[in-house]
Amino acid sequence: MLATLLALAAQGIQMILVLAVAPAVSGVTRKVKAQLMRRQGAPVIQGYRDLLKLVRKEVVLATNASWFFRSAPYVIFAATWVAAALVPTFASGLMFNWAADVVALVALLGAARALLALAAMDVGTSFGGIGSSREMMIATLAEPAMLLVVLTLALSAGTTRLPGVADFFIGQPLTVRVSLALAMLALVIVALAENARIPVDNPATHLELTMVHEAMVLEYSGRHLAMIEAASQLKLVLYMSLIICLFVPFGMATASAGPVEWFVGGFAYAAKLATCAVVLGVWEVSVAKMRVFRVTDLLAGALVFAFLAILFAFLSKEVLP
Amino acid sequence: MNHGYDVSHLLAGLMVVASFALLYQDRITAVLNTFAAQAVLLALAVAWQAWTQDRPNLFITAALALGLKGIIVPVALRRMVFQLGIHRDVEQVVNAGVALMIGLGLTTLSLLLVLKVTKAAPSFTREGLALALAIILLGFLMMITRRNAVTQIVGFMSIENGLILAATGARGMPFVVEVSVAFSVLIALFVFAVFVFRIRERFDTVDLEALDQVRGDRR
Repeated sequence: MLATLLALAAQGIQMILVLAVAPAVSGVTRKVKAQLMRRQGAPVIQGYRDLLKLVRKEVVLATNASWFFRSAPYVIFAATWVAAALVPTFASGLMFNWAADVVALVALLGAARALLALAAMDVGTSFGGIGSSREMMIATLAEPAMLLVVLTLALSAGTTRLPGVADFFIGQPLTVRVSLALAMLALVIVALAENARIPVDNPATHLELTMVHEAMVLEYSGRHLAMIEAASQLKLVLYMSLIICLFVPFGMATASAGPVEWFVGGFAYAAKLATCAVVLGVWEVSVAKMRVFRVTDLLAGALVFAFLAILFAFLSKEVLP
Repeated sequence: MNHGYDVSHLLAGLMVVASFALLYQDRITAVLNTFAAQAVLLALAVAWQAWTQDRPNLFITAALALGLKGIIVPVALRRMVFQLGIHRDVEQVVNAGVALMIGLGLTTLSLLLVLKVTKAAPSFTREGLALALAIILLGFLMMITRRNAVTQIVGFMSIENGLILAATGARGMPFVVEVSVAFSVLIALFVFAVFVFRIRERFDTVDLEALDQVRGDRR
């Protein structure tokens, strides 16, 4: 009984935590980028202010927008939030950890993406169509790589459930695993592509023909836009948490731990998340955006890395007695 | 955990990754750099085997790999590329995506094949042979997909990297053979260089498509 209550509490804290921390993570990345360009930059809490402002503003709808256009932002936000709440952050003993399967996670995110692409085409502007078509091109290439990464981990840890994988790797001694390094590289590339970060898409512009994500959400305003923005911030946190949980889970409270370990895990998670946000900022100012048709090459690279990761994992499993 | 195995796995694995990078890379100087990196990885892998298996003669092999293929061959090729004036060229790789997918298929094939055939052998031999076969096949693939003479030479040399890796994994390759292989590579480089300059003189290009016409394959 107590264990169930603890797990429920952990799950509740987790849901609030990811939602609360998401705008700040984007804020830190933006601040780092601005500082590196010798600009002042908006304060880290600007994300929260923007969301508040958007929620208060009135919604401007195109005359031919259907019910789908209006309801999609809420569904997208809900799906992304559920997905983000399933990735273990500070503790692996969550209430719904039986559902925290990476395949389910990919499916949730895929559903959110499909809805966004459909909603972008709903109003019938050419910009939305361009954004959707590009988003789908990127997604069809990124998803196989993501699933291959999942299979690599499943081969090592014997499960595709995230808490199980995290617990498995916490229990392992520190070693050199070329397959995991390659899997991480592939996952990082996938994460950059899925979150519309710089070599694939530029999150800072609205007026460029090469943009993908911003082209899709161009018609949204007011609280709908707030939902979409919150969902994309959550998605960034989700991918960072996923990378942290799979490849550097150290410090995370294990399944049987109590609230004291949660605090340790929480601090470790905050530190790792901040590191990720800063690294992302530095990365974004140091590379140039790719042409859209070069993106396929980048994602093919991710696919190759993920496939090699599986092969190497298989090799060491076969060869070692 | 078994550190001897881990490190050799890491080095051999990185060599395969370098082979994929060679397959994918279309800038000629970057190809040469990647090749040099692969040779350095090979030297490290061989030296690691020498250290863990206590076979000091392998240190000589490592030194040869580092000196010849990590330094002399890349530097010579680089000078050649600069003399030919093609160092800024971006080679048209024949469909890099398809080449990568075929490469993955070949790697899978070599792993499945070698692991099945060598069930009785010790683990480092099985692994070394499997990855070495992958590197050799990827080298062949690189020679097939490239049109530029210099990158074809690099493909050939990376095949030889795979051979050395296989030889260190398998116990008992005579030292004389190793040395002679190493020097035959050097001689091959000279022959290639002469050929490349001759081709260039005659056809004004090092793109081997030009040879098809002479052979009568294409009009």
